[in-house]
Amino acid sequence: MYRIVKKQELNEAVTRMEIEAPFVARKARAGQFIIFRVDERSERVPLTIADYDREKGTVTVIFQKVGLSTKLLGGLNEGDSIADFVGPLGRPTQVEGVRRVCVIGGGVGCAIALPSAAAFRAAGAEVDAIVGFRSRDIVILEEEFRAASDHLYIMTDDGSYGEHGFVTAKLQQLLESGREYDEVLAIGPIPMMKFVARTTKPFGVKTVVSLNPIMVDGTGMCGCCRVTVDGRVRFACVDGPDFDGHLVDFDELINRNSVYREREKQTEQTHLCRLDALGRKLIP
Amino acid sequence: MPNLSKTKVPMPAQAPEVRARNFREVALGYTPEMAAEEARRCLNCKHPACVEGCPVNIRIPDFIREIAAGNYKEAYEIIFGANALPALSGRVCPQESQCECRCVRGKNGESVAIGRLERFAADWFRENVNEAPVPAESNGVKIAVVGSGPAGLSCAGDLARRGYAVTVFEALHTPGGVLVYGIPEFRLPKAIVAGEVEKLKAMGVEFMTNMVIGRVLTVDELFEMGYRAVFIGSGAGLPMFMHIPGEALQGVYSANEYLTRINLMKAYEESYDTPIIRSNRVAVVGGGNVAMDAARCALRLGAEKVYIVYRRSEAELPARAEEVEHAKEEGVEFLLLHNPVRILGDAAGRAEKMECIRMELGEPDASGRRRPIPIPGSEVTLEVDTVIMALGTSPNPLLCSATPGLETNKKGCLIVNENAMTTRDGVYAGGDAVTGAATVILAMGAGKKAAAEIHKRISAED
Repeated sequence: MYRIVKKQELNEAVTRMEIEAPFVARKARAGQFIIFRVDERSERVPLTIADYDREKGTVTVIFQKVGLSTKLLGGLNEGDSIADFVGPLGRPTQVEGVRRVCVIGGGVGCAIALPSAAAFRAAGAEVDAIVGFRSRDIVILEEEFRAASDHLYIMTDDGSYGEHGFVTAKLQQLLESGREYDEVLAIGPIPMMKFVARTTKPFGVKTVVSLNPIMVDGTGMCGCCRVTVDGRVRFACVDGPDFDGHLVDFDELINRNSVYREREKQTEQTHLCRLDALGRKLIP
Repeated sequence: MPNLSKTKVPMPAQAPEVRARNFREVALGYTPEMAAEEARRCLNCKHPACVEGCPVNIRIPDFIREIAAGNYKEAYEIIFGANALPALSGRVCPQESQCECRCVRGKNGESVAIGRLERFAADWFRENVNEAPVPAESNGVKIAVVGSGPAGLSCAGDLARRGYAVTVFEALHTPGGVLVYGIPEFRLPKAIVAGEVEKLKAMGVEFMTNMVIGRVLTVDELFEMGYRAVFIGSGAGLPMFMHIPGEALQGVYSANEYLTRINLMKAYEESYDTPIIRSNRVAVVGGGNVAMDAARCALRLGAEKVYIVYRRSEAELPARAEEVEHAKEEGVEFLLLHNPVRILGDAAGRAEKMECIRMELGEPDASGRRRPIPIPGSEVTLEVDTVIMALGTSPNPLLCSATPGLETNKKGCLIVNENAMTTRDGVYAGGDAVTGAATVILAMGAGKKAAAEIHKRISAED
């Protein structure tokens, strides 16, 4: 069992949890992920590692409560334990040899972009960060990003905070103004990553995206997370999750990720029952 | 007086129309009376060919004689002496190509039902004795076993019997490897696998789940942690795809994914969260045991129509004869000499049709089987909402790529010498990781051999 040592709500939908997993903490690196399972009947769900503390033996994940399993996890509290927490999986973000980088985070993807930004900085790169949110009330990790970047640009879709517009608008502006990057790293909703890649293409800037397909085992065994990159089938769990954004077939990924959406709606009811049961177990 | 019947005592089984809609075990097992009757068909040959055909050389006529005499515990112990997991091999071994095909009774009628008798002895022992094994006296020497499938379990068991302190590292959340994620409940009840794991625990074997060796720990770190030898039984888990158009559509699964969702993650039980497509019309591509398992699972999840699409003919089907028979009885339709060309999707990106081309058999190829050749212009289209690719698997490269000095052949299989040792000193390997996808019993035999080699080496060093 893996104990939750700290829980913090970052906004209404996004939770940060620090979980005891000493073996994972010893090896974790920015860009890698874990797979968790709340209890015996739960799904296996991947989450990118947001932070780790090798001495304390803890790993931090930040997640949006959007599906069955993330809602179940979000319903737990400090001191509770989950059944499974396996990792670190996937390849770490490549930070070596990059001198100037632009790290782009969209929504909860910022949680994943942050450790990579910090890793680039630690490796000596100059880091610009562009983070985008729907509106002011869901802005997360602002201070952390400020600390991990040389320039931070906050964008909101409705203009209620930072600058008005999408992250791609700011990226376009920076590239047009002559800002040069060795690499752009984009992490967020698939459409955002797709449009970041489209924005950088004419400028010929290497663009890396972190993909989040549906997974089961996370070790290359099931092929569920297969994505087409440069016309070749790659498994995001072992070959990724980072890939060249100019070569990824984003539309295929969007399609594959929607396969269980209808079922998820149908099971909303059973899930509420389980949350309820879980609550009763925890609060006798 | 031997039983001179030319046919095996039939195995009681759930009726096809009933079992095709549930996940309970298909074959129900012999009663003591049936076992005694079948056991009396064995002629106790002086030079038993069946024993030579068995990858772990179980003294087959000896245990059958004990069954005939009603000495079930003795029968079990004879088997257990050679095979640590008899309840498993009695169920999933391809007896028709190993022991039973060499049985003299098979020359004029059916062979003795060795597999069914092995299963009988194992089940009788589990239900009537099931004493926890006594741990051997510890020698304090730590050995790491990577993977808890048949190779890893048998290696761990044999080392524990010799007093070693064995830790088994499993990447998934439940020990058992392919026995839990691959082989369905209706062929191998998971309670039996769990029982075998519990026995090993009672013998002192430690299981660490959620440990992906190569990521969380390297082989070098295992040695640093004090393990004196490492056995790699990581299996052949990497699924193959056909690389035809439409393979990325919703509704196209690898058999590994489909079976893992069902067997390990219990997608067929309402109380589990695991999502799976509830298909109406399914095509399973391939002709091995995994293809049969996937097809029969699809039926049990409620599919109306399930096809096996296989590019060669019935004679070349690699699956066990019994699995093919069971699949047919349950209503799986075999489209032999057909090969998929592309999968077509609907506007929502879901698989809707699969186009196949008919094949004919030409000259034998490198595998010795006649090569299938497409017949131009013979395309046919199947209406299917789900396609399951069961084309075979190869060893997972994850561990090798993280372990310097560990060499593989061009198929990705670990290279081992005659002592089961890899190209890294002190690192042994066996099972599908070495042979590519093969059988449970071969993997168990390889685990056993590696255990003996590890013991030989450690004994020589100390």
